[in-house]
Amino acid sequence: MNLMKVEPSRRDALAFAGLAGLAALLAPRMAFADVAAVDAEIKKLYGDKKPESGKIKLDVPEIAENGLVVPVNVEVESPMTEADYVKAVHVFADGNPLPGIVSYKFTPACGKAAASTRMRLAQTQNIICIAEMSDGKLYSTKASVKVTIGGCGG
Amino acid sequence: MAITPTPRVRVPTQAKPGELIEIKTLISHEMESGQRKDASGKIVPRKIINTFVAAFNGKTVFEAEWNPAISANPYQSFFYKASESGELVFTWKDDDGSNYTSKHKLTVA
Repeated sequence: MNLMKVEPSRRDALAFAGLAGLAALLAPRMAFADVAAVDAEIKKLYGDKKPESGKIKLDVPEIAENGLVVPVNVEVESPMTEADYVKAVHVFADGNPLPGIVSYKFTPACGKAAASTRMRLAQTQNIICIAEMSDGKLYSTKASVKVTIGGCGG
Repeated sequence: MAITPTPRVRVPTQAKPGELIEIKTLISHEMESGQRKDASGKIVPRKIINTFVAAFNGKTVFEAEWNPAISANPYQSFFYKASESGELVFTWKDDDGSNYTSKHKLTVA
């Protein structure tokens, strides 16, 4: 009876030690952002407003051999007139030390809500893109990128 | 180590009214992310260009806020719908307070 009581607690202790060890192995490099961190950033910008899907074309490579320079191209479907245009586009990553990548502010003078840049990705992760229209509507999309060599130096 | 940030911009000098032009910009800059450690294990302080602004005749037309995840020698392309002749001014704002600018005349006819 007594033994049976001891057994699971020892197993728990071992499991806990194993988890702690794993955490210790991962921790010394840096803390990485996660899906929750990206959600928190979006919440900071737009509160509880739920984005719809569609309208955004997010162009990222499926596999990035070099995480130091990963091209990212985003285009949002919009007539870009004074009455109806894309106000802002934000790009986030859920596996980098910091979730934010880039935020764009567009005006009707752009004629087209499209922009390209190059980003650093620390590891394989998802790229999340959210667009804010002039009428306040939100759209979002997501794409995953496999990273062969991480872009964080260490 | 430090490189002098030099902007390189590709923008047409002439356009037809209503023409959509693509502007491509690149600036040499190390974009130190603040996540990297040097040989002695100390974290190298962050120093990035945090904002890029494109203005036409003094009015902002496009703005990009960059985070440390932007690659070294940041590239940025975007579009502009030509309507009248004037001057495009691009400004890169560095963490250390410096501003780098590049000016381009655009003739619309």
